[in-house]
Amino acid sequence: MSLDKEKIKHVAKLARISVDEAKVDSLTKDLNSIFKFIEQLNELNTDKVEPLTSILNQSLRSRKDEIRDGKIREKILKNSPKENEEFFVVPKVVE
Amino acid sequence: MVDITNQSLNDIIENIKTKKISSTDLTKAYINNIQSAKKLNAFVTTTFDHALDKAKQFDNKPNFDQLLPGIPLAVKDLFCTENIKTTAGSNILNNFIPSYESTVTKNLWNNGSFLLGKLNCDEFAMGSSNETSYYGNVINPVGDQLVPGGSSGGSSSALAADLTPATIGTDTGGSIRQPASFTGTVGLKPTYGLCSRWGIVAFASSLDQAGPMTKTIKDCAIMLESMSGFDEKDSTSINKKKEQYSKNLKDNIKGLKIGIPKEYRVDNMPKEIDELWEKGKKILKDLGAQLIDISLPHTKYALPTYYIVAPAEASSNLARYDGVRYGYRSKQGKDLIEMYEKTRSEGFGDEVKRRILIGTYVLSSGYYDAYYLKAQKVRQLIKKDFDDSFTKIDAILTPSTPSSAFKIGEKTNDPVSMYLNDIFTVPVNLAGIPALSLPAGVDKQGYPLGLQLIGKALDEQKILNIGYAIEKNCRFKNKIKRWWL
Amino acid sequence: MSKEKFDYFIKGDKGKYEVVIGLEVHAQVLSKSKLFSGSSTKFGADPNNQVSLIDSAFPGMLPVINEECIKQAVRTGLGLNAKINNYSVFDRKNYFYADLPQGYQISQYKHPIVGEGKVLLDMPYGSKEIGIERLHLEQDAGKSIHDMDPTNTYVDLNRSGIALMEIVSKPDLRSPDEVNAYIKKLRSIMRYLGTCDGNMQEGSLRADVNVSVRKEGDKNFGTRCEIKNVNSIKFMQMAIEYEATRQVELIENGKEIDQETRLFDTKKNETRSMRSKEDAHDYRYFPDPDLLPLKLEQKLIDELKKSLPELPDKKKERFMKEYGLNAYEANVLVSEKEISDYYEEVAKLSDKKLAATWMMGDLFAMLNDKGLDISKSPISTKHFAELVQSIKSGEISGRIAKEVFEIMLETGDNPKKIIESKGLKQQSDPKELEKMINEILSKNKDKVDQYKSGKDKLFGFFVGQVMKSSGGKANPQLTNEILKKLLKG
Repeated sequence: MSLDKEKIKHVAKLARISVDEAKVDSLTKDLNSIFKFIEQLNELNTDKVEPLTSILNQSLRSRKDEIRDGKIREKILKNSPKENEEFFVVPKVVE
Repeated sequence: MVDITNQSLNDIIENIKTKKISSTDLTKAYINNIQSAKKLNAFVTTTFDHALDKAKQFDNKPNFDQLLPGIPLAVKDLFCTENIKTTAGSNILNNFIPSYESTVTKNLWNNGSFLLGKLNCDEFAMGSSNETSYYGNVINPVGDQLVPGGSSGGSSSALAADLTPATIGTDTGGSIRQPASFTGTVGLKPTYGLCSRWGIVAFASSLDQAGPMTKTIKDCAIMLESMSGFDEKDSTSINKKKEQYSKNLKDNIKGLKIGIPKEYRVDNMPKEIDELWEKGKKILKDLGAQLIDISLPHTKYALPTYYIVAPAEASSNLARYDGVRYGYRSKQGKDLIEMYEKTRSEGFGDEVKRRILIGTYVLSSGYYDAYYLKAQKVRQLIKKDFDDSFTKIDAILTPSTPSSAFKIGEKTNDPVSMYLNDIFTVPVNLAGIPALSLPAGVDKQGYPLGLQLIGKALDEQKILNIGYAIEKNCRFKNKIKRWWL
Repeated sequence: MSKEKFDYFIKGDKGKYEVVIGLEVHAQVLSKSKLFSGSSTKFGADPNNQVSLIDSAFPGMLPVINEECIKQAVRTGLGLNAKINNYSVFDRKNYFYADLPQGYQISQYKHPIVGEGKVLLDMPYGSKEIGIERLHLEQDAGKSIHDMDPTNTYVDLNRSGIALMEIVSKPDLRSPDEVNAYIKKLRSIMRYLGTCDGNMQEGSLRADVNVSVRKEGDKNFGTRCEIKNVNSIKFMQMAIEYEATRQVELIENGKEIDQETRLFDTKKNETRSMRSKEDAHDYRYFPDPDLLPLKLEQKLIDELKKSLPELPDKKKERFMKEYGLNAYEANVLVSEKEISDYYEEVAKLSDKKLAATWMMGDLFAMLNDKGLDISKSPISTKHFAELVQSIKSGEISGRIAKEVFEIMLETGDNPKKIIESKGLKQQSDPKELEKMINEILSKNKDKVDQYKSGKDKLFGFFVGQVMKSSGGKANPQLTNEILKKLLKG
């Protein structure tokens, strides 16, 4: 299976990464060589194999329902690129 | 004054305990080394004032019962450190100052050590040569123009160059063991779940593990003991009693069964690697261990599996770097979507973007079964290979890497050849089991080579013991001249 | 049940169309803290004040699940007569949005915690079973505020990470009325269980509505559209009507229906396409590697099952049997747990049937008027029962009872005291009444004559005079009897 430029642009869109038009060719080449390498897996028949969901053989641990966090707005907002004392601020969402 | 900085961590601790040196003098000695080693580019951030402050506090009120009394430590810049910039080697976190401390570093500080600085690494730990860092290449002290390995390249370089008495890295596919091998140092990737992942910038959650990088096996045991432990904040942390790895370290390995997997003899492997492996086998045999030929039939599929699983998880883990709450935000971008696309395009480097695209693709509709699901099935087979083997043997011996350190720029144009560097280290991450790399020889250029010991889950003590025995008998000595001075 | 017949079809030029509806209800789990973090879930806090480093997805932050949320999901599943899955998995649903800090929502995809179940609806045309496809746990997103600034969107993450149960129905609903009944039933069950407060104003209960239409009698489903995030039953009903009509028009005009996500515009009362969401629909689900599969022990499930309260369906049956209520009364009185509790306490102390009538009449009207929940009723169950008993024993008439009820509301006094102090006791002594009526008749001789000569209507006048002179206390039945007897003479 080979990846064409259109497919790569679509995937980049999904990943929210704008791809520099000048770099698309080399990116296509790199990704195709990587996928060729990855596709060695097709040699293996895995029809009867269960996929691995977790490497640890234990159940999910849970915590008690207690309020132990929050009320740290200043810390939460401190690194925010657009300063505001109450909210995160982003460019208008166009629906 | 004798230079104490080229001693092992264990010896330094002895010197502190016997008051032969103060924490302040020790710290000053390292600061001095760091300041004159800028050429290596091992540090992204230094915290000298903080370190001197802590050293002074220790000297005023020393507690010698701690595991790391008054010891300054530099750590990989992937560990979030409270109020100290944490970049993960990326432009997208260039201005990020966490308000929290990772569990692993907090454990180190609770054992008496303190932060000396943050070490360069491949961007988001994606790389095998430290060439993907936004903060520039790191130089291997073994030789000018040599890469220190990756992604914990700043850690391996700083350690080998005596810029820190020990350090910690993270290992997703070999990022501790490969740089350790390239710099003649010891590196251990613990069992998945032994060290908390809380507060470590995530690359691939099901594979990431923090671990020690040290000059000796004994040091490795001390560091592992200090950093590991159950953490209720990490759902994948294993709840078990803490082990005293350093106290229980012993070099008697008589009767242990060591597996030698035939699949680790790969085509075009340099003769020196083969010789190193033979040397390791001989030492073990001479010490009374039993060598057993084993087969791990799915080894060759580990790397392709890894290059599906790791990018898939990374593509999701790195979605949070969107310019909204912290980190870099592009000045361009009229609306939200454009802001995202520009921020992520400008904030991430090429290798990271490449892996995000691979990961997004293998999870996307119509391709999930063919790639991601397939990889998780093969991962099951790889794990089973190890599980089956460990019913017959105590540990596995392999080379750590298929080559010694290569030159900067040598592999940057061919991602697959770069990826192949991790061919011996990756299977262990996929299986979640521990592995240790220790220096055991040099190639004809005099560059260090490492041997890898793989254990079953939670068998860190056993592989440390075997490593301890090899270390004593192979008489490896790192001959690094401080050419950068 | 009633003889009414199901009759909800969209009429087109070429025939009648059946509307097929399936709901994905998002119900906020009642818990103190969030699904994967320890921040509070309380409604109405200052912006970003109930946000932890986990909820805002700082680097290296990891989720740890809240045990109460797991239990709440299991309880709800049991309440929906559903299969509880001993093995479930949390997945990441990947998409970018300003109020989704992780860039993914932790949800359950292939292995939900609860499997198939069912809900019974009481419709005028009989009882109807609605299938439940599944119930899973997931995180809520934050809130984007678009109207605070002309060029920027503001983001509040207080909701981010709060636990939701997504309850997916089978496409078994056929009309806006059934949707109304279904939502109310779900809400009632969850409120009984204490797993969701069902507060739609605060967004604790919202739904995505899947609508398709097909010619009456067709076996195959039509192409469906999903109307996202509708937060009131009324809007759901309006959206369904609009959307079904739109689809019928498309079909009749020979056009295709696009399977798409639509938005209900509450101002224009119409649905419209959300094209911007379309390209992001590839969610790239995969198991969250920060979490392990959830393995529920059967013991826990059994314990939870044992501790479940009596649910509305069972309670309704019991009310009919134990208290002799009809289906309608029982339905109303079990609709909310608090109402049923109130009723049962009153019924213990007074006439069961009369208590039901008075609760559903005057008490509900008053609560409705004051906008109060029954739990905040100013009239205690004990006082209410005394009032009911006073009516039952004939001590006061229904009309006086209304007066007493008003005074109880004002003063909070018990009805006995009010009746006594105000002298409101019904006059039921025949001798006394006869004496009073004789006086009235002798004062109105002319009217008596007119009555006797055939003007029957004047009977009401005499009753009125008796009530007036007794201050409304005269026993109406007795008054009638005596009047009739004396006027005959």
